[in-house]
Amino acid sequence: MKIPQIIFPAPLAKLFSVLPQYPHSVLFTGFLNAALSAHIRPRDLQPLHGKQVCIRMRDTRIEFHFSVTPTAFVARRRTLHLDLTISADARDFLLLGLRQEDADTLFFNRRLTMEGDTELGLFVKNTLDALEIPVLDIFRHGPKATHKEDKNILKSSLQEDYRA
Amino acid sequence: MLPDATMELVCPAGNLPSLKAAVDNGADCVYIGFRDATNARNFPGLNFDEATAREGLRYAHAHETKVLLALNTYPQAENWQRWQSAVDQAAALGVDAVILADVGLMEYASKTYPELRLHLSVQGSATNYEAINFFHERFGIQRAVLPRVLALAQVEQVVNNTPVEIELFGFGGLCVMVEGRCALSSYVTGESPNTCGVCSPAKAVRWQQTPQGLESRLNGVLLDRYEDGENAGYPTLCKGRFEVNGETYYAIEEPASLNAMECLPEMLRIGIKAIKIEGRQRSPAYVAQVTQAWRQAIDACQRAPHDFKVAAAWSEQLSKVAEGRQHTLGAYHRPWK
Repeated sequence: MKIPQIIFPAPLAKLFSVLPQYPHSVLFTGFLNAALSAHIRPRDLQPLHGKQVCIRMRDTRIEFHFSVTPTAFVARRRTLHLDLTISADARDFLLLGLRQEDADTLFFNRRLTMEGDTELGLFVKNTLDALEIPVLDIFRHGPKATHKEDKNILKSSLQEDYRA
Repeated sequence: MLPDATMELVCPAGNLPSLKAAVDNGADCVYIGFRDATNARNFPGLNFDEATAREGLRYAHAHETKVLLALNTYPQAENWQRWQSAVDQAAALGVDAVILADVGLMEYASKTYPELRLHLSVQGSATNYEAINFFHERFGIQRAVLPRVLALAQVEQVVNNTPVEIELFGFGGLCVMVEGRCALSSYVTGESPNTCGVCSPAKAVRWQQTPQGLESRLNGVLLDRYEDGENAGYPTLCKGRFEVNGETYYAIEEPASLNAMECLPEMLRIGIKAIKIEGRQRSPAYVAQVTQAWRQAIDACQRAPHDFKVAAAWSEQLSKVAEGRQHTLGAYHRPWK
């Protein structure tokens, strides 16, 4: 699938930036819980537990604020202290989610930035890279897109990480 | 004259999807590491555990691709057991070779598993045939990865004087070329890349947008400050910009990627057995793109070495993913040599 270049209208972005960010954070975590639950168990994402994470779409000026508990991804209201902020344009997030672009390439080109706890950021990046199918394909094809066998491998692999 | 043997393409994989991307795009070998400091890409969430390694081996072998395991850091007295058990694990998994740097580990592997194929890692820092032949005679290593410090004329000298297969880096990030001996970042982080498996431990790295630009810091030390739109690089001490005698510049090394594709005919003529692609820390998208370009290039070169030309599409694909977006032939090309 070829993703076209998108220029997001600045007035609309300005409007988004003044709207409360909490409602779409709720929607976003709802999606994460529905789509990712078959692929990643929140309890295996231990380094993210209790951390305040922000996904910031630069061009649309929409932000998703969330955290992870042992049972779910949960929306959070924006706070001053953010443990991890990942910023990029909406299209670049899309390219990453479809595995059409490499995160380090976007980072070299200044199209992706990661502020806060770098260790946490690399954990997120590497966990998503290790998913058997690209994260946005999971959204497209539904939570059961991966073979059961692969799911179990990923889960055991995450557990292994935290035993170490 | 064409050598009989073919040249293998050795590609990186930091996770199962990258391994599959390498296999699907034509790698002859994929190299991986375990999920700890036993290899030089020890990043959170990266690398293979027992289950993913087993699945990777199954997939690669089903597609007639070899899997090499990098155990290329140096164990210390207090953690020797872990490195030793990593060799045991590798042998039990049935990897096609282990890539080692430490002589103690080589001794253990060659004595305990005489059938296990050993490759000398670039971290082993062997730059001459006497050193390589020593590893061969003493431990039976069958391949050596040469550090990126030799001109091709010097590489040829090595190849002509050793029975050991020679693997050369073809593409990827470069470092300050003291592979296996670099302790630079330990002065700032307290951790050496050769013992802890990473130049800049993620826990010590911070990126921050400031009014002056995007700053990268390692354990609080300012490494670089990028203006808006300026390309960024990995946050390593060797590639930082520092003020020296009133001038701010890349005082140690400018970030650049090696791309030795145009040297392929020469490498083939010399008798290079394998070309290695750097980048286990990169995503499956990188692995797919780079493997695809190099597969086509190696095939074209082996078909007609005298007519070989680097296709524009390959160059474009490679420069897109390169650190610093600059390509260099590194030490390979030294006209004065």
